[in-house]
Amino acid sequence: MTATGIGAPVRRKEDQRFVTGQGRYVDDFNRPGQAHAYFLRSPHAHAAIRSIDTGLAMIMPGVIAVFTGDDLAADKIGGLICGWMIHSKDGSPMKAGPHPALAQGKVRYVGDHVAVVIAETLAQAKDAAEAIVVDYDVLPAVVDTAQATKAQVQVHDVSPDNTVFNWHLGNKDETEAAFARAKHVTKIDLVNNRLVPNPIEPRAAVGEYDFGTDNYTLYTTSQNPHVARLVLSAFIGVAPEHKLRVIAPDVGGGFGSKIFIYAEETVCVWAAKKVKRPVKWTSDRSEAFLSDAHGRDHVTHAEMATDETGKIIALRVHTTANLGAYLSTFSSSVPTYLYAPLLSGQYDIPAIYCEVDGVYTNTAPVDAYRGAGRPEATFVVERLVEKTARELGQNPAEFRRKNYITQFPHVTPVIMTYDTGDYAASLDKALEIADYKNFDSRKQESARRGKLRGIGFSSYIEACGIAPSQAVGSLGAGVGLWESAEVRVNPTGSVEVLTGSHSHGQGHETTFAQLVSDRLGISIDQVSIVHGDTDKVQFGMGTYGSRSGAVGMSAIAKAIDKVIAKGKKVAAHVLEASEGDIEFKDGQFGVAGTDRSMAFGEIALQAYIAHKFSGQDLEPGLKEGAFYDPTNFTFPAGVHICEVEIDPDTGVTKIERWTAVDDFGVIINPMIVEGQVHGGIAQGVGQALLEGAFYDESGQLITASFNDYCMPRAIDLPSFQVGMTVTPCPSNPLGIKGCGEAGAIAAPPAVINAITDALGHEDIAMPATPQAVWRAAQKARMPMAAE
Amino acid sequence: MYAFEYHRPTSVKEAAGLAGTAEDIKFLAGGHTLLPTMKLRLAGPANLIDLSQIAELRGIERSGDTITIGAMMKHAEVANSAELKEAIPALAEMAELIGDPHVRNRGTIGGSIANNDPSADYPAACLALNVTIITNQRKIAADDFFQGIFTTALEEGEIITQVSFKAPSQAAYVKFRNPASRYALVGVFVAKHADGVRVAVTGAGSNGVFRAADMEQALNGNFAAEALNGVTVAESEMNSDMHADAAYRAHLVGVMARRAVQAATSRG
Ligand SMILES: Cc1cc2nc3c(=O)[nH]c(=O)nc-3n(C[C@H](O)[C@H](O)[C@H](O)COP(=O)(O)OP(=O)(O)OC[C@H]3O[C@@H](n4cnc5c(N)ncnc54)[C@H](O)[C@@H]3O)c2cc1C
Repeated sequence: MTATGIGAPVRRKEDQRFVTGQGRYVDDFNRPGQAHAYFLRSPHAHAAIRSIDTGLAMIMPGVIAVFTGDDLAADKIGGLICGWMIHSKDGSPMKAGPHPALAQGKVRYVGDHVAVVIAETLAQAKDAAEAIVVDYDVLPAVVDTAQATKAQVQVHDVSPDNTVFNWHLGNKDETEAAFARAKHVTKIDLVNNRLVPNPIEPRAAVGEYDFGTDNYTLYTTSQNPHVARLVLSAFIGVAPEHKLRVIAPDVGGGFGSKIFIYAEETVCVWAAKKVKRPVKWTSDRSEAFLSDAHGRDHVTHAEMATDETGKIIALRVHTTANLGAYLSTFSSSVPTYLYAPLLSGQYDIPAIYCEVDGVYTNTAPVDAYRGAGRPEATFVVERLVEKTARELGQNPAEFRRKNYITQFPHVTPVIMTYDTGDYAASLDKALEIADYKNFDSRKQESARRGKLRGIGFSSYIEACGIAPSQAVGSLGAGVGLWESAEVRVNPTGSVEVLTGSHSHGQGHETTFAQLVSDRLGISIDQVSIVHGDTDKVQFGMGTYGSRSGAVGMSAIAKAIDKVIAKGKKVAAHVLEASEGDIEFKDGQFGVAGTDRSMAFGEIALQAYIAHKFSGQDLEPGLKEGAFYDPTNFTFPAGVHICEVEIDPDTGVTKIERWTAVDDFGVIINPMIVEGQVHGGIAQGVGQALLEGAFYDESGQLITASFNDYCMPRAIDLPSFQVGMTVTPCPSNPLGIKGCGEAGAIAAPPAVINAITDALGHEDIAMPATPQAVWRAAQKARMPMAAE
Repeated sequence: MYAFEYHRPTSVKEAAGLAGTAEDIKFLAGGHTLLPTMKLRLAGPANLIDLSQIAELRGIERSGDTITIGAMMKHAEVANSAELKEAIPALAEMAELIGDPHVRNRGTIGGSIANNDPSADYPAACLALNVTIITNQRKIAADDFFQGIFTTALEEGEIITQVSFKAPSQAAYVKFRNPASRYALVGVFVAKHADGVRVAVTGAGSNGVFRAADMEQALNGNFAAEALNGVTVAESEMNSDMHADAAYRAHLVGVMARRAVQAATSRG
């Protein structure tokens, strides 16, 4: 290992540029002759459009063009797509309604795109948008997840009862049989609250068309620029794939919301050619609230069956998942294959059956948000396990331990094969760090001050490193989920890595360089990571589902192996030895059993000057590419323990302690991993205590700004106690499991389990705001008053 | 934002003159309420009269127990004023609870009072401290000034120049923040004056800031937190929104009032 190799807490290379304001985000790109786009959005949740009169807007100062859905249709621009086909129980395909980039005949949520104005300045575009006269026939709206199928409102013609699919997974008959013989059944009703992603950088796009070369360029805030290019070309049809360059430069956070291909970038590329000018759009925060794909929004009833020994024997779950007004790019996969396969948690549960109804409503589309399906699953499992333990009068930690999976590989009833793990090791470590044994005395001390103290566990598992292509293909994915890499060694021995992963906060420029440093024995300063440009990187699937380490870096490792293999051939010629005798170690190519060796950089130079070998026997140069397709998901798992103190007079919940013990497999950079854990927990605490996107009955988003939508702040969080256990992942060459989403997955049930422990009853929903907790504490007090 | 004419007078007289002649004017103080509304195109004044260059609107003075604060004094200046910390620490502490450092270094006492946001902190201080609001035209007692949500006694074009009050013997402000906006979900300012206790509540009332008469009466008898046990505010007069319904707000008024009295009495 080098000082900057795997396992070293190297400071992030990219931070110099970010903290000194030198980052270059999409909005920093201003192209010569650029015009500005402003989208007129629907003020109604549901309305038929009788007419759109753009006449007045067209003649306003600075206006270059005004376009509506008819203009896109006339140019045969296709609608936005959902790239994952889900089939209902009866085998029928999901009911996907049309999703035009600009509305055609109907608007379906507040913020839906009605028209676009292209003008010299943004202010002029806004002025003109105000002058567009839209004659709406306002229709009643459906917003409530649980009521969607019963409403007298139809969002899409293809789906009379607003059902997109009735999907299921698991072994139904075994599950029913197990419930029939259960000693005890625990039931729970849960709402997984809708969230707005809120990356610090709002979405943005600049479209450009070059009439000389017939090339299109799109600068866009994307987590997966190649997928954006593929969708924009092959499906939406704005430009041929080989003529479209997509650049996703520095991107300021995504959390899933920048995976998807939206109306705005589609329109910017298309309009650039129409108006013969580069066209720029930058979302403001208000637009982001309305039109970024939201996350979560499940309503679930779940039951857990246990036998007389306190062993979990079955789980059944029914979930209604709100998909919003249109199916966003990966929306259908989130409450299905990213959700139900995680319902076994860390537990050996022989029978599991899950039904999911995906529904349309007149709300913003819902898609993957940090954790995507796994936080929802973990919330179900960990709330239910906690409640079961309480009902059985068992210690929640020991109840979990008793039901842990201990033999690997373990095949769950919900199609997953867990490869490795040591759940009890994480639990033991977490109990110790959390000082669990002294919790009771802390609780008494709180009680003396009139406060309620509670402790909550979350023994989570997730599936990431998404994903084996054949497997996801058989489940309905429209793409393969491998990753690609190219390792280009320069004659001076420095290295450029071109990766299909995309960093939007993860620190790839550092961690990926650490892998190269480790394997090739050179400093990370000798390594550049190139990503986010389809003209530079040949192809890639992007970053989401904690896949950049397990999948993206595995591709790099594979390419590095090829570079080393080629280097050995070069070294054999240069060192005049047989190839089989060349060893590569600590950055040196050496001849086994001798002291003859040459440094990596010297062999790189030899590869390029090609003086010591025949170019007919061995190709000059040192550059290799690889595609890596994983053989399994990876399964990060761990135990989080949250300890809260509630002020029953005000309902304020203060998180006093947070312990996180995670098994992420091999860790490349512990400092970056801790940062991911911290950020993830903050987001999970946000969901549990603070955040919630709420629509009123008419479909207006009433949490449409930071005045009402509460993001977590530093003051809402304690100092985290982070520990690690390591079982290396056996399914990829680096042993990596992934860490990007764990905190957001683990945290919500830990918080709610702690609050319910403090209150002594289960009746609290997320977000557990002061008002909600105060009311729940009132309820908790009543039986005490009777004593 | 819509286009507007920008004016920067250097005296109150000049500002008032501009206000008298220009059409559709707005005064600009710290801009922390006005500019966001303009950016969202919810307000679009034709003429913006910036008060920031008017020296007469600045300064904090103490003569005897009378304290006078210029309308353009920023929240951070009030929070950090050595004079105020000594004479009326409750007011300095209240200013420290407003927003975040950016807000405190732009927003002004005059702007906050003129705006009379139902969740703002200063209106409660003004009522509890029995402030006199001084304008370029007259003096207005706080009791007459705040007339409901975003409504005050100010006439079109009238400029607040100062606020003035006598320091009470004991006072404290306790605020329960809206978790999202950090404005007051409920804020209670309690002040014990020579001629009686004043209790002012912001954030909670459906008609904006108000004085809690029953609480004042109870505390006039005994200026101690226990005196408020069982004293409530009417739920029917409370505001209700997604963050807090009327019952919760009414409850919080009681909790915050007791905590404010505790803080005031423990200060000695
Ligand atoms: C993020 C954020 C958080 C905030 N948090 C809080 C909080 O916790 N508590 C709180 O109380 N406030 C809060 N505020 C409001 C802030 O404190 C400002 O005080 C308030 O916006 C008004 O003051 P200003 O100086 O910015 O006035 P401006 O925005 O400039 O003006 C407001 C209104 O008052 C008028 N006006 C201004 N000065 C005068 C004058 N001298 N005479 C007559 N009319 C005048 C203006 O014409 C305008 O109509 C917050 C604001 C923001 C942006």
